[in-house]
Amino acid sequence: MKKVLMGNHAASQAVKLARVKMIAAYPITPQTQIVEELSEMCGSGALDAKFLKVESEHSAMASCIAASATGVRAFTATSANGLALMHELLHWAAGARLPLVMVNVNRAMAPGWNIWCDQSDSLSQRDTGWLQFYVEDNQEVLDTVLMAYAIAEKVLLPVMVCYDAFFLSHTYEPVDIPAQQEVDKWLPEHKRDFILDTNNPKSLNALVMPDLYMEMRYKLEQAHQAAIPLVNETGASFYKAFGRRYHAVEAIHCEDAEVVLVTSSSTTSPARLVIEEMRNRGIKIGLVKIRMFRPFPVEDVCRILCGKKKAVVIDRNFSFGKGGIFADEIRGALCNETHRPLVYGYIAGLGGRDITPELVREIVEEACQTKHPPSLALWKGLIK
Amino acid sequence: MRNDYPHDELLQSGHLACQGCGGTMTMRHCLKALGPDTICIIPACCWTIISGNFPYSALTVPVLHTAFETTAAAASGVRAALDMQGKPNTTVLGFAGDGGTFDIGLQSLSGAAERNEDIIYICYDNEAYMNTGIQRSSATPELAWTTTTPETRPKLGPKKNMIQILAAHKAPYCATANVAWPEDLIRKVKRAAGIRGTKFIHVLSPCPPGWKISSEMSIEIARLATHSKVFPIYEVINGEEYHINIAPKNVPVKDYLRAQGRFRHLSNEDIQHIQTRIDYEWKILLQREMTESFQKNMP
Ligand SMILES: Cc1ncc(C[n+]2csc(CCOP(=O)(O)OP(=O)(O)O)c2C)c(N)n1
Ligand SMILES: [Mg+2]
Repeated sequence: MKKVLMGNHAASQAVKLARVKMIAAYPITPQTQIVEELSEMCGSGALDAKFLKVESEHSAMASCIAASATGVRAFTATSANGLALMHELLHWAAGARLPLVMVNVNRAMAPGWNIWCDQSDSLSQRDTGWLQFYVEDNQEVLDTVLMAYAIAEKVLLPVMVCYDAFFLSHTYEPVDIPAQQEVDKWLPEHKRDFILDTNNPKSLNALVMPDLYMEMRYKLEQAHQAAIPLVNETGASFYKAFGRRYHAVEAIHCEDAEVVLVTSSSTTSPARLVIEEMRNRGIKIGLVKIRMFRPFPVEDVCRILCGKKKAVVIDRNFSFGKGGIFADEIRGALCNETHRPLVYGYIAGLGGRDITPELVREIVEEACQTKHPPSLALWKGLIK
Repeated sequence: MRNDYPHDELLQSGHLACQGCGGTMTMRHCLKALGPDTICIIPACCWTIISGNFPYSALTVPVLHTAFETTAAAASGVRAALDMQGKPNTTVLGFAGDGGTFDIGLQSLSGAAERNEDIIYICYDNEAYMNTGIQRSSATPELAWTTTTPETRPKLGPKKNMIQILAAHKAPYCATANVAWPEDLIRKVKRAAGIRGTKFIHVLSPCPPGWKISSEMSIEIARLATHSKVFPIYEVINGEEYHINIAPKNVPVKDYLRAQGRFRHLSNEDIQHIQTRIDYEWKILLQREMTESFQKNMP
């Protein structure tokens, strides 16, 4: 059934379709509508789940971890300051190998207070062990939340689904909502062996000495690596069931391209327009959308970008003292490749500033005309 | 010990506690009272160590170790999941130290109590951060020594009154208890298990290295705490109805303080000051006990 939904309601519809059993959340703009709608669904009985209206995001994550450890599907959603408050617990969720799913609506970190789009909130959680997806439109929001549960429950890792504040969260788009029976078939109830159960008592998250801790971390990394092929397999099976296909990385017109633009999240949409228009003018340009950030799709990135002249990365995020985070990850992935492209790192759209097709075009044209990229990031659209 | 003392041991030998650890006795009695259909949530505290390292566990009930500040939030999550699984009768036991309860975990405990989550929260109070080596908490008694409140600058101000805080949430059941009275503790834990909503039990649990006492003195000193009225034993029903459960023998506070190395530096004036405070608090408790509950005030 097609409906016109804002991104936040695409997320809550997906949570309902996944038959999540426990939700704990705390309000923060621009995420709040997700949990408002879920709260209504729980109230009316449309969704058979417990909704804990906790006193902080910190407790939201702590109780989701506990519910997941007890063996039920759990969900929460947050943004920026709420995500930062959860930080310690993010490590707990991944370290405990729990298949939680969380939506993070990408919002700028204070100060000054800013509720608008910026990816620095979730990217600064990249080392917590969560899988991270950055999605482009509202349909992809709904579909990715469903796929997130399927992936999380296979590799036993938590998944963060990230999308842009306002550009997606509050923007209405037509979204195809799959039928409940179809989702039930594709995403059946999940059973795990290791749960808190008084008939089979076990201890979870106990003290671990240096003789075993490292092995546990290694297993966590193995699960991340196992997620890489699984994301594409899950995308293929999702395509079979629902007719929409997703990959960890999407390459558009890259075969003959000499210059490749690299984007994530909703920035990909203006980028699509720009490269079509430039190709019509005979410029050999392609586009890569990085949908999966953790685990980082190193092989895909190298396969697509090696042999190209230039990769032009637009980052709506920043790691102070270094640069754009996607650009940095891409440089890291490519550094041992002989035929690696030059990597141009651009910063744009922080704190909700628009990334227009004109700005994208300006970036690409500047990169095409610059022989060698500077070592520092290039900030675009600053007030002179 | 009376015959109805439960004989099942849900805490096994092989745990890693110090000799005379009050927190360990508290856990043992609580689990005896609750039985095996219990899920235990433990934050960072001495019990992180006591329960044993992976893959061992001295507890024969399921345990969720959780972040220091999250006991009540984690307990709420386990409760929610159990309810969704059709297991409303499984007991959820949050078991935290004084630091994890009075300080860093107070926010999540307040949240859970305000929502009236169906959990039992037990605070084993050894009156300092013992796991990290005896630093003061807001449960540390007035003028006591800890590694962050040296003799030259002992802890100022009285111990935070947690029962009052929980009673102000109108939690259906709050109680203090003392490891020196296991029957009373067990009765309270059993009573708590029969009540829906948030139950809070605050158990005085001596720590021999932290209190600078010898381990065989643990119970004797705990008993002095109650007999000197330093740690009165009472219940609060619905935040309103007070019942004192153990009649103190009016031992001078001095006897309690002088028995412990952590109070060695106190002058006679210091002790008099503490005695005055304790007498005042006891008077207030007696007044509260005499005040009739809201229910009884209803026409
Ligand atoms: C967020 C956080 N801060 C600090 C610590 C370090 N820490 C571990 S246990 C502990 C003290 C616990 O004190 P208490 O709750 O009284 O329990 P006890 O050790 O006395 O049994 C501290 C400070 C931690 N684990 N997590
Ligand atoms: Mg303590």
